[in-house]
Parts: sequence; structure tokens; C-alpha cells
Amino acid sequence: MSTPALAADGLMKSFGSLRVADNVSFELPQGARHALIGPNGAGKTTLVNLLTGVLAPDHGHVYLAGAEITHLAPDRRVKRGLARTFQINALFPELTPLESVTLAILERDGVAPNWRRKLGGCSAAIEEAHALLQRLALAEDCNRRTRELAYGRQRLLEIALALAAQPKVLLLDEPAAGVPAGESAELFQVIASLPSDIAVLFIEHDMHLVFRFASRIIVMAGGRILAEGLPAEIAHNPEVRAVYLGGTEIHA
Amino acid sequence: MVLAAPAPSDPRRAIAAAARWRWYETLFWLALLLPYPLLPTYLDLASQIAIAALFALSLDLILGYAGVISLGHAAFFGIGAYFAAILVQRWGWTEPFSGLLVSGVAAAAVGYLASFLIVRVSRLALLMVTLGLGVLLEEAANHLSGLTGGNDGLHEIAVMPLLGRFTFDLYGRTAFLYALAVLFLMFLAARRIVHSPFGLSLRGLRENAARMPALGAPSRARIRVIYTISAFYAGIAGALLTQTTGSVALEALGFQRSAEVLIMLVLGGTGRLYGGIVGSIVFLVARDQLADMNPQYWFFWIGLLLILVVLFIPGGIVGGASALQARLGRRA
Amino acid sequence: MIHLAGVLFDGLAYGMLLFVLSVGLSVTMGLMGFVNLAHSAFAMLGGYLSVTLMQQAGVPFLATLPLAFVLIGAASVAFERVLYRRLYRSGELDQVLLTIGLVLMTVASCAYFWGTQQQSVTLPPYLFGHFSPFGIDLGYYRLFLIAVGAAIALALVFGLERTRFGARVRAAVDNQRMARGLGIDVNRIFALTFAIGSGLAGLGGALAINTVGLDPNFATKYLVYVLLVVSVGGLGSIGGSFAAAVLLGISDVAGKYYVPEAGAFIIYALMVLLLLWRPAGLFGRRV
Repeated sequence: MSTPALAADGLMKSFGSLRVADNVSFELPQGARHALIGPNGAGKTTLVNLLTGVLAPDHGHVYLAGAEITHLAPDRRVKRGLARTFQINALFPELTPLESVTLAILERDGVAPNWRRKLGGCSAAIEEAHALLQRLALAEDCNRRTRELAYGRQRLLEIALALAAQPKVLLLDEPAAGVPAGESAELFQVIASLPSDIAVLFIEHDMHLVFRFASRIIVMAGGRILAEGLPAEIAHNPEVRAVYLGGTEIHA
Repeated sequence: MVLAAPAPSDPRRAIAAAARWRWYETLFWLALLLPYPLLPTYLDLASQIAIAALFALSLDLILGYAGVISLGHAAFFGIGAYFAAILVQRWGWTEPFSGLLVSGVAAAAVGYLASFLIVRVSRLALLMVTLGLGVLLEEAANHLSGLTGGNDGLHEIAVMPLLGRFTFDLYGRTAFLYALAVLFLMFLAARRIVHSPFGLSLRGLRENAARMPALGAPSRARIRVIYTISAFYAGIAGALLTQTTGSVALEALGFQRSAEVLIMLVLGGTGRLYGGIVGSIVFLVARDQLADMNPQYWFFWIGLLLILVVLFIPGGIVGGASALQARLGRRA
Repeated sequence: MIHLAGVLFDGLAYGMLLFVLSVGLSVTMGLMGFVNLAHSAFAMLGGYLSVTLMQQAGVPFLATLPLAFVLIGAASVAFERVLYRRLYRSGELDQVLLTIGLVLMTVASCAYFWGTQQQSVTLPPYLFGHFSPFGIDLGYYRLFLIAVGAAIALALVFGLERTRFGARVRAAVDNQRMARGLGIDVNRIFALTFAIGSGLAGLGGALAINTVGLDPNFATKYLVYVLLVVSVGGLGSIGGSFAAAVLLGISDVAGKYYVPEAGAFIIYALMVLLLLWRPAGLFGRRV
């Protein structure tokens, strides 16, 4: 069996007496399209923060492509191929999408610390940024300030920033949150068309999207992993139904 | 870069286009030479403005471009000023250009050390730490009067004539051209930094410091670098003050100077490189004209102006002009 | 030993004064997240108000204290409505600059109306002088300061812990969104708390005249001390402000007495070190 792209082993985290991560373990294989679901407060975003290094676990380990990264700084993890998006847009309001994505690419290539080169001369990075924005249908807005963009386009930019890092593992925190229903399917098409060697874990509340795009589902509640399996298994799992819907069946 | 340019046909060229030198920038710098022929009695003030502008530029680098607020930046100005004086007085090093450079490096060294502390705090703690470090330095300078002359300061600091030929004359002609030349050169370097990949990452830090690690950027290391560069700039400005006026005193590193440079920068507009220069001109000319009459008036009006700028013209004078131009451009 | 006791007593009194001057800022910054550098200017205005009431209207000193509290508190609400409210969502820099602008205008106005000389206060006779048990000089005014400071501290803690208003304030500090969701009128809480905090500053300014004097430089001079207390004590913490104020008061007096050369230096150095170790202050939870 090949090494999982991302793995967590026994992650524990508490804030005082509140346990936000309780013995969380899972594996994300290469090329995965997994969904992480659970009621509000289940600890999903906390888990992403633990995986990306924003939070340090009290116990447990995180492995990226087999290598232990539990104590690695967040920016180093990104350099190793672990990228994420934020539930609430974490963008650069005064920068344009072109500048933002170019920045992400320059950071990835280690060119960003260079203060002697002309930014305008980094044409390879700008080209790549433009191409990425085109793929996400953001090209026509690429020179407007981010704060002027509509929310749905900002959400796409959020994903573009993560993709610019050319990650091997992509963690999407409610990518369609706040996006009008018509556009969210479009957004997920983008996710579905990602290269097949990237492992994707996305947090989502909309069950239609989850069942349409996920090949496997992890369910969290109260900081613990409640269940994990194929969509059909999860849909019929009585514990999951109890936690989520009070006993009724989940309709895909 | 300062005012909006028409959108280029190829969107990818926009970034390069923003960095191009504009005709009105040439005009601006030529205009800065005007005091020499036109206002020969005001050259002392003009030198002070050039020095303040360089100091404001140093603050813009960390505040306008990296988003780090400092209430104690005069510390580096003062270190540069005192170092330049001590070079001449104690070590007989009177060559001005090298003295300038070495003083700048001294300030940069202290800035580098301080940057390790600065990056650990944010918001109120950052305000207090920068304020506290500034006050600490002032206290230290006050007590080490053997070195710094204490309350009296150091005087009669005479450097060699520039390039062996140009002495600092009583009318301040040499001083003015010297200060302006240094300002221009440092400005060009700052412009280069701002329009480099590093400059873009600084703006990213200013816009959303929390997002930068998620892009793979080591935020603290970046801030340390720009903080050190900023200290270098401030130190050079301080050393210029010593070399052109021949003396240095405690007010060079006092809280008042830190507060004034902040006001000058905000007046002119942060994050636009020219804001510090414009703000310094407006502030110092106004103070020269108004404070003579009555210091009270000056405080009142500058306070009011500050409030109005913060509430209604958040981009300062340069930002306001840019927004105006954008609005006029849209109507056309 | 006697000197030490005297220093401690004077330091405690000074600390109580600093507490009254600072506690309002700590609570409003903790509650509203607004950096109000004009807080010490409110204090200065309270002092000048007290002087004017005494000199122009013959109001006895003790009566000017509650008047300063109420009137400065009311005036601060006007500032909050007209100016501060616009910058709640802005960053620290804008708030710092706006309030610095206010300080400048206030200082200029005070110098204009009252001149730049020191103001003085006619104390009632029972606050004059001192008594000396065991050879330690205990000034009556200083005892008065300690009593007032302690009373205010107790009143604030009681108010916060035992009253419904206090419960609402604590809720709003803890989680603003949640508090709104529970139907708590957070804006009114802000305004009232701000009024009380600024009123206390005004009261402190009036109290300060007889201890540290009053001139137009008061606002800027004591701004640094107030910020010191607030940042070391921790935002939103009454106990923190109390501890930090007393600590600063005693350190300042002791420093001037025992180590006059380096007193201020040591205080600032300790503050910087403390903030680097605990950016939220001794008792604060958020910066």
C-alpha cells in the first residue's frame, strides 16, 4: 500500500476543559477526494488548523507523505506541499488577484525574498498566475482590487491562492460557504477537475455537494471521528444519522 | 505607481506598468530643486524637510508597506545622529559620505536586534514595546552624558568638505543639495525594493499577515529584514542631521520626533513612497509659518488636520489625489 | 526601614491615583477594542473642570470630584458618538492617530483658556498635613487617595460581578456577537461603559492636581503611565489594572528615591520584558 499523502495519528488538543480534538486519526491517500463533515463545533476547522500547524497538538502526530511534520512551522509545511483555504476569506484586499496569485507563486519558488529584481520582470510567474486565474474564470477581474470582487469570485481566488502553491495535499475549509447555490456547483467542478495526483480533503455542509464529489466521507462530532467510509455506508450509518439528522435517512 | 495609469491592453503587463517611472515624478524631483535658486533664505528649512522626508520614508517602509506600527522609530534616527557625531568627535573620522554610511549601518545593527523583539508582539503590545524601546533609549542617552553630552547634546561637529571641495556654508547651500541628493538616491533604492518580489511580499504582510504563512512565507523573517532596512534609512537621516547642522541633541530620539514623523507620513499618505516627502513638506512648512506666532495654535490646527485626514482622507494627501484622479478618470 | 515604609505608603497612594486614571481605559479597550489615547486628555479636562468650579463657582473640592466624574463622562459620550464610532472597524493606527489629534487639540485649548502655569487646589482643612505614627509620615491627602482608590476598585468589582449591568458588560467583553444574539444592547453597553471609564479619568485628573500638579502637559505626560498600567495589567481586567497601577506607583516612587539615576529606565525595561513574555499583560486575555 502506498504512503498516504497526509496522515494524522492520535491527535489530541484541549483548551482548558474543552476537548476540541480527541484521538483523531485518519489517512488521506494520494489522489483522494474525501469530505469531512460534522455538525457545527465538531472540530473540523480545528483539525485543519492542527494539520497545517496553526495549532500545536497536545499529543499525536501528523505525517506528510510519510515524513513527520508535527512540529514544523506552517510556512514550511506549505513549502512541502500542504495547502489550505480558509472558511472566511483570508485575502489581500488592496492587491489584485493577479498580484495575489503571483505572490503565491513567487513564495513557492523562493523568489519572494529577492529585493533586487524587478517585479514586472518576473514574467514566468505572472504568466503562470494569469493562466491559473483563467482556469478559474477570474482572468477578466485579474487587475481589479480584491476587495472590489463579488463574494463568489473572492472564494474562487481563495482556492487559486492555495492551488498556486502546487500542493500535493489540499485542505478546503467550506469552499462554497456564502456562495450562491448556482455558483457553488461551478466551484466544485473546479475542485473535481483538479489533477488526480493531488489529495483533497474538503469540509462541507451541503450534502448534495458532498455526495456528488466525495469518494469517501469522514464524520466528526465533539472532536472525535465518528465514522469513516464510502458515501453509501455513511448515509446508512445510524450513529451518523442520530448526530446529524435525528434519525432520518440522509438523502443524497 | 502613485496615480493610476491607464490599463494596458495585456492584463499581464499591469504589474510592470505600475512600476514605470512617470513624467510627473520627474517634474516632482525637479521642483524639489527650486528652493536653491528661488528661496535662498529658506535653504536651512529645505534641508530639514529633506531629512524629515528621508526619515518619513524609513517609517513608510515598515508601516506603509509591511503594516508594522512603530511609536519609537526616532530611536534609529537618534542612533544615526549620535553615531555620526561620535565618529567625528571621538574618532576624528570626518569624511562625510563614509560617516553617513557607517552611521546608517550602526542604526541598522540595532534595528536588526530590535526586530527580533518586534516580531513577537502585535497590536497594543507592539505599540507599547516600540514606545517603550524608544523611551528606554532616550533615558539611556540622557544618562550616558559622557558619550552623548546628556541634556546639552554634542556640538561643533564639523565634517570635511564634501568630495574635498564643497564646504558647508552659512547659507546652507551645500547642506541642502547634499541632503536632497541623499534623499533622492535612497528613494530610488526604496522604489526598487518596493517594486521587487520582496516588496510584493511586504504588501501581502500588510494586507493580511495571517495569510502569508499559508502561502509559504516566513513572516517574521521578512519583517526582520524590512525593519533592519528601515532602521538603516532612519539612521542615515539622523546622521544627515548631525552633519548638516553640526550638532545633535536628545530630541533627535525623543517621543516627539517619533510622533511627528508618524503624523507627517500619515498626512502625506502611507504605502505610496511619495507620501512621506509630501507630508514632510506640508507639515514643516506649516509649522514654520504657524508656530512662530503661537505654539498653541500649531498644536490645535495640526491636531484638527490629523483628525480630518484620518476620518475623511485615509490615504493622506497622495492617496486623496490618487482617488480623485481615479474618479475623474472614471467619469471621462 | 522607616524610609521603606514611607516609600511604600507614598507609592501606594500614587498607585491608587494611577489606578483611577487608568482603569477606565483598560475596561473600554478590553470591551471595545478601541485604542483611546485621549483618555489622559479626559483626565486633564477633569482636572481643569475641578479647578474652574473651585475658582469661579466656589464649589468645595470634594464636591468637584463627583461633578468631574459626571460631566467628563457625559462629554466623552459626545466624543464617542461623533468621532470614535466611525473608527470601530478601523485598525489601531487610525485610532491612535485620531486620538492623538484629539490630545493635541485638547492640550492647545487648555493652554489657551487656562494658561500654561501650574494649577492649584484649595483642600478642605482635614485633608491638609499628615500624622506620623511610628515616625512614618502619612499624609492625609494620600490616605484619602488610597481610600478613594480602594472604594472605586471595590465598587467596580461589585458592579461587574453582582449587578445585571455588570453581567452584560462581562458578556459583551467575552463574546460580542453572542451577547448581541442574546438581545443585549451592546452599543448602549459600550456607551455607558465608556462614559464611566472616561468619567473615572476625569475624577482622577481632579484628584491628581494636589499630588502631581496640573498643566497642559498633563495629558501627554501621563498618557505613557496610563498605557503602561493598561498594557501591563491586561486589557479588560480591573484586578490587573489595580495590580499594575500599585506596582508602577511603588516602583516609580522607590526608583526616584533609591535609584534616581536609572529609575525610569528600569521601569520601562521591565515593561518591555514583561510584554515580550506575556503580550496580553499580567491578567489580560487578548491583546
